[in-house]
Amino acid sequence: MEVTRTPVNGGRAPQDLRVRQLRAQQMLRDESAGKDLDEYVEERLLFTKLETAQNWARKNCLFPLGFGLACCAIEMITVIGSPRNDLARFGAEAIRFTPRQADLLILSGRVSIKMAPIIRRLYDQMLEPKWVIAMGACSSTAGMFSNYAVVQGADKFLPVDIYVPGCPPRPEALIYGIMKLQDKIMGTPDMGWRERYNAYGTEEKPETAIAPEAELA
Amino acid sequence: MPDATGLELIAQAVRAELGDEAVVGTSFFREQATLQVAPERLHDVIGYLRQADEPWDTLMSVHGCDYLPEEPRLGIHYELLSMERVDRLRVKTRVGVDDPRVPSVVDLFAGANFHEREVFDMFGVEFDGHPDLRRLLMPEDYVGYPQRRDFPLGGEPVMFTFNEHKYPRWYD
Repeated sequence: MEVTRTPVNGGRAPQDLRVRQLRAQQMLRDESAGKDLDEYVEERLLFTKLETAQNWARKNCLFPLGFGLACCAIEMITVIGSPRNDLARFGAEAIRFTPRQADLLILSGRVSIKMAPIIRRLYDQMLEPKWVIAMGACSSTAGMFSNYAVVQGADKFLPVDIYVPGCPPRPEALIYGIMKLQDKIMGTPDMGWRERYNAYGTEEKPETAIAPEAELA
Repeated sequence: MPDATGLELIAQAVRAELGDEAVVGTSFFREQATLQVAPERLHDVIGYLRQADEPWDTLMSVHGCDYLPEEPRLGIHYELLSMERVDRLRVKTRVGVDDPRVPSVVDLFAGANFHEREVFDMFGVEFDGHPDLRRLLMPEDYVGYPQRRDFPLGGEPVMFTFNEHKYPRWYD
């Protein structure tokens, strides 16, 4: 692939820093006007919708939950934790070890029926908006574990946004999944999952939180 | 492992100590010595072997087993080891599936605690005298004993092109 670089200032010759400084001072003293002012404003302002700006900010600061289930977890750790794969390039490397601060849950490994309520609880504790990636064959469909101990696909008990196939997926595959999730966040952040999963009532509301006086009593 | 003669000597000593009905039989297969024991005398036999003249002082593991077409169905296996003589002996017992009860050996070997809980979890064998007989691996509210052979495998049918005809009009 050929890499092309686009200059930031639209192909004009890079201006001297001193010139720019002087212009800024003129601006502040209200001395520039007309074409100069128009150009200055054009260079520095960006118009967009508030939603788009919000989604752009969300997709570039994904906080994955530091949470592993089985062998895929090793692969997940190399993706979100190692400099070789460097997920910081996509703005998703800040791992949080409490669900209260995370907004991306990566289900890395098979989900046993004893673990399912715990995962559901972690998911409910995460702040909205929140997203889930089912990493690998096991958490997507139970993979080879067609038996009594493993939940047959994690989407039986929580909404899953992205399924990454593989056993385990290569780091590139997981990164691709995260990038797909970012596309999704940019487009339609929640895809109406509350309707699809009939999940009304699972929102964290102020009245359901522990009130301080209830704790004292 | 004791050889075939040694196994018969052990069985003889147990019978002399605890009565003829304690040992149901012996088997010597592929250099492995097994003592078959009546389930109600199991605690006595293992207690005797633990402090016999040549003792088996370590219980390595407790297994469950389901011999489905045969009766009685469930088997519980105890693997004994003598650290001094580097010698192993297997003790087996069989119970029926309608009332699977075996005396617990936790008072003799404390390490049997989790092993017996696992056998209870997977096969539903109840160990009398166990201090804390709860499920070990499966959730507390799980129904059934999943390692029994008549337990359904679970899972979901997965469709491939070769078994497509088993699910007619799957695309609807």
